[in-house]
Amino acid sequence: MKRLLTTLSISCIAMIMAVPVIAADTIKIGFNLEMTGDIPKVGESSKFAAEMLKADINGAGGLEVGGKKYKLEFIYEDNEAKAESAVTTTLKLIEKDEVLAMIGPNSTKQAIPAGQVANDNEMVMISPWSTNPDTTFNRPWVFRAAFLDSFQGPMAVNFAIKTFKAKTSAVLYDLSNDYSKGLAEVFKKLFEGKMGAGSVLAFESHGTKDQDFSAQLTKIIAAKPDFIFLPDNYNQVALIVKQARQLGYKGEFMGSDAWGSSELMTLCGKDCVGLHFSTHYAAAGATGATKEFIERYKAKYSYTPDDVAALTWDATGVVLKAIQNTGGLTGKLKKDRKAIRAGMAAITSFGGITGNMKFNEQGDPIKCGVVVQITKNGEFAFNESICPE
Amino acid sequence: MLRRYSVHLSLATVGGLIIYLAHQEYLSLYIMSVLMFMGVNIILSTSLNLVNGYMGEFSCGHAGFMCVGAYVSSLLGVWLFANDKVFGAPLLNPKYTLYAFPLLILVGGIAAAFAGLLVAIPSYKTRGDYLAIITLASNYIIISVIENIGAIGGSRGFMGMKQLISAMEKRVDLPWMPIWVFLFTVFCIWLMRRYISSTFGKGVTAICQDEVAAEIMSVNTNKIKTITFMVSSGMAGIAGGLFAYILGYVNPGSFNILKSTEVLVMVYLGGMASLSGSVLSAILFTILLELLRPLQIIKWIVIPLLLIILMQFRPEGIMGNRELGDIFPKLKKFYRFK
Amino acid sequence: MENLVQNIINALQWGSFYALIALGYTLVYGVLTLINFAHGDVFMVGAYIAFFSATFLLTTLGLPGWIALALCIPLTMILTAMVGVTLERIAYRPLRNKGAHRLYVVITALMCGLILEHANLAIFGASRKAFPPLIAEHVYTIGGVTFTNLKIAVIATAFLAFMFLHWMVTKTRVGMAMRAISYDKFAVPLLGIPLDQIIVVTFILGSGFAGLAGLLFAMSYPVLEPYMGALIGWKAFIAAVVGGIGDIRGAFLGGFLLGTVEIMVVAFFPSTYRDLIAFTVLLVILTWKPTGLFGIAKTTKI
Repeated sequence: MKRLLTTLSISCIAMIMAVPVIAADTIKIGFNLEMTGDIPKVGESSKFAAEMLKADINGAGGLEVGGKKYKLEFIYEDNEAKAESAVTTTLKLIEKDEVLAMIGPNSTKQAIPAGQVANDNEMVMISPWSTNPDTTFNRPWVFRAAFLDSFQGPMAVNFAIKTFKAKTSAVLYDLSNDYSKGLAEVFKKLFEGKMGAGSVLAFESHGTKDQDFSAQLTKIIAAKPDFIFLPDNYNQVALIVKQARQLGYKGEFMGSDAWGSSELMTLCGKDCVGLHFSTHYAAAGATGATKEFIERYKAKYSYTPDDVAALTWDATGVVLKAIQNTGGLTGKLKKDRKAIRAGMAAITSFGGITGNMKFNEQGDPIKCGVVVQITKNGEFAFNESICPE
Repeated sequence: MLRRYSVHLSLATVGGLIIYLAHQEYLSLYIMSVLMFMGVNIILSTSLNLVNGYMGEFSCGHAGFMCVGAYVSSLLGVWLFANDKVFGAPLLNPKYTLYAFPLLILVGGIAAAFAGLLVAIPSYKTRGDYLAIITLASNYIIISVIENIGAIGGSRGFMGMKQLISAMEKRVDLPWMPIWVFLFTVFCIWLMRRYISSTFGKGVTAICQDEVAAEIMSVNTNKIKTITFMVSSGMAGIAGGLFAYILGYVNPGSFNILKSTEVLVMVYLGGMASLSGSVLSAILFTILLELLRPLQIIKWIVIPLLLIILMQFRPEGIMGNRELGDIFPKLKKFYRFK
Repeated sequence: MENLVQNIINALQWGSFYALIALGYTLVYGVLTLINFAHGDVFMVGAYIAFFSATFLLTTLGLPGWIALALCIPLTMILTAMVGVTLERIAYRPLRNKGAHRLYVVITALMCGLILEHANLAIFGASRKAFPPLIAEHVYTIGGVTFTNLKIAVIATAFLAFMFLHWMVTKTRVGMAMRAISYDKFAVPLLGIPLDQIIVVTFILGSGFAGLAGLLFAMSYPVLEPYMGALIGWKAFIAAVVGGIGDIRGAFLGGFLLGTVEIMVVAFFPSTYRDLIAFTVLLVILTWKPTGLFGIAKTTKI
C-alpha cells in the first residue's frame, strides 16, 4: 500500500514536471482566468474574446515578429477565483507552460498576488479588469487595461453635477467587492469635496451574492437624493434598479464601467432605459474596429461583448504589439520576456477598441472614457467623452 | 535504535532533500508552491480533525480562525519589519526578521486560539448541529469584522508580507518559506499526536463517545472542550499565517465558507479521528486539484463525483478511524511516533 | 413610521424565501437527521427548471402569462422533486444502507451540491438568465408604503406552504410515519411502515417546495446564475437550525427571524455591519437557547 502510494505520488509529481515540447515557431501566451468560482462570466468573456483574436491572427498566417510569422498558442488556466490558485496557476504558466506573457487575472483578489509572482519572476502580466492601484504599484512588470478609480470617480462626479444638476447623492456598493468599494469611496470623497460635507445622503453597502436590496433602498429613498451612484456589477444593477422601481423610486442612477454588458438589458429590461454610466466605449455609436469587434463577437457567441471581453481583447492586443516591438524573438525565454517588457514601454499609443491608450510609469493606462445613456432599444448611446487632463 | 529514530531521520531526510532541491532550483517554483499549499492543507485538515473527528462536533467555520491568524501575523510582521503605507517605516531592523518569523506565526496562532473562544464558550451548552451554526456564524462574524476595518484595507486586502521574506533571504540565502512551512507542518502534526495520546487528550475521545458519561467519570468536559477548540483554531491560525506569507497578500474573501467546506471535505475524506488519514487526504486532495487542472470547469464535476464514489466504497473515509500503524501492523516495527 | 412598515414588508418577503427553503431542510433533517447541504442547489435547479418551463410555455406554446404560471407551478415542483429523489436514490440511500456515519452522508450531500452547480455552469455556460415576466407587476403605494402584487403573493405562498406542511406532518398518516421514523429508525420498519418510501415522500415534499421557492424567487429576483443557491442555502440552513431543526414551526419562524434581522440591521444600523450584527444576534440566541427556538432539549440516557 505504502509502496503503491509512493509510486503513485512520484508518478504524479513526474506528470506535473513533464515539460511539454515547444514547437519552434509558436508564441505562447498564458491566460489566468476566473472560469469557476464567484464570477465565471468574467472568465468566460475573457476566454471568448481571446479565442476570437487568436482565430483572427492564426487565420491570417500568424503574428509577424521581426520578419518571421509565428502561430499563436493561448493557454487558458482556471484560477477558480481563489488567491492561492491564482498563484500556482501563474507559476505553472511561467515554468511549466513557459509562456511569454500572461493576461489576467481579472479580479483584484487574484490579480495582486499573481502580479507579485509575475513581477518576481520577471514576466509581463496585464490584468484587463483589476482597478486596485496596488495591482501595478511598484511593479514594473505588471500592467492593466482598465481605468483607475482616480479617473473614473471624477468622471462620474463631474457628469452628474453637470447633467443631473445634482446637489445631493446616495451610494450603494458591494462591500466585499474591491472594485465597487474603491470606486464608491473615491466618489464619496470627491462629491463631498465639491458639494459640501454631508451631500452624500446615504452610503450603503450589500454583500457580493445578495439578491435582496430592499432595506438599503428603503433607507436611500427615504433620504431623497438627487441620484444614486451604483458602482456595481451589471447582474446586481439589474436587481437593484428593478427593486428601486418597485419601491417607488423614480429618479436617476449613475453607473460605472462594470455596467457595460449586453446582459444588463436582457436582465433589467425597460427599468434601466434612460440611465447613464461611464465606460470605455459606446457600443451604439461605435465605428471602425470597435463596431467590427462587437458585430463579430455577437455573431460568434450570440450576445454583445461586455467590458471584460473588450478589455481582454485590448490587453491581448497590447501584449502582441509589445512582442512585435521586440523586433524578433530569440527563443530564449528570459531574454524574450525582458524584450517584451521593453516592448511594452516602447508603446507610445495603442489604438484599441476601448480607445487609444498608452501606459504611464506605473503600468496604468492613460485613455479617454465616455458616458453613455441606455436608449429605448437597449443600446448604449454616446453622451459625452471625457479625457484625462 | 532504528525504531526510535526512524521517524526523525526520515522526516529530516525528506525535509532536507526538498529544501536542497529547492535551493538548487531542481524543483521549480510551481512545484514548491503546490508543496507549500499542501503543508498548509495538512495543518488545516489535522486541526479540524481534532474537533470534528476526535471530539465529534461538527465545526464548519474553520476558515474564520485561519483568517484571524493570517491577519494578525501579517499585520504584526509588516508593522515590525516592513515599510508600509499604513504603519510607516519598520520598527525593528529587518535583519532580525529571520529570528522573529516563527514568533510572528505563533502569535497569529495564539490570536486565532483566542478567537476560538467565540465557539468554545457557547459549546458548554450548545451541541451538535446547533454548535455547527455557531461555528458558521463565527466565520461570518470574523470576515465581517475585518471587512469593516478600513485601516487595514477592509475588502481591498492587505499586503507587504513579501518584504519580510526577501529580508530573510537576504540574511541567509535559503528558500525560507518552504522551510518554515515544513517545520510548522511537522510541529503541528507532532503537537496533535502528543495532545491526542496524552491523558488529557483521552478526555477528548471520551467526550466524543459520551459526554455525560465522561462528566460522571470526573472528566472536566468544559475545560477539555475549551482547550481543544483553542488548540484546533490556534493551529488553523498557524496555517493562516503561513498561507498569508506564501501569498504575500491577504483578503477576507479568501476565508469564506467555501474554504471551510474544502477543509471539511479533506477531514472526512481521510477519515474521522485518523491523523494519518487527514495527512494523506490533504496530500491527495491537493495533488488531485492540481492534476485535474486541464479539465477546467469539468474539474469541479469530476472531483465531487470521485469523492461520492469513494464514499460509496469506503463509507468511513480512506483510513476509517485507524492510523497507518493499525492498518499495517508490520510497519510498527520500523517506527515509533509519539 | 412609514419606513418601519416598509421594512416589515421587505423583511416578510425576504424571510419567506428563507422560510420556504428552511422547510425543506427541516423536513429531511427531522426524518433522517441528515443536513442536506445540496438543498440550496436543488433550489437553484428549481429556479432553472422554472425558467425553462416558463420560456417554453410562453414562447414556444405562446400561452398567456397566467396560464403559463398556473402550469409552471406544478411542472416546476414535480421536476424539482424528481431531482431531489434522484439524489436520495443514487447518493444518500446506498450510504445509509451501508450504515455510514451521518456526517459522511452530509459530505456526500455537499458534493452533490457542487456537482449540480458546476454541471449547470458547464452545460448552460456562465451567462445569467433573465426570467420572463409571467404576470404583470403592479406597484401599489398606500400612505408612503410601497408594495407589489408579487410581494404579497410570495408572502401568502410561504404561509400556505407552511400550513400545508404542518397539516401534513401532524394530521396525516404519512406525517405520522415521518414523526415515527424521527423517533426510532430501527423500530419503525418492524411495525410495517415502509421506511424507504416515507423517506422518498419526505424528499418529494422538501424538494418540491424548494422548486416552488425557486419559481417565486426567479419571479421576484429575475437574474438566474449557477451559484445563486449556495449562499441562500447556507443561510436557510442557519435559519432552520436557529428555529430548532426538525420542527416545521421552527424552520418557518427561523426563516422569518433571519430575514427580519438582516433587513432591520440594514435599516437601522450602517449596512456594512449587517453580517456582523445579524450573526452575532444568532450566536447569542443559540447560546441562550442551545436547541433553537422550538427544539426540544434531548434528555440523554445514561
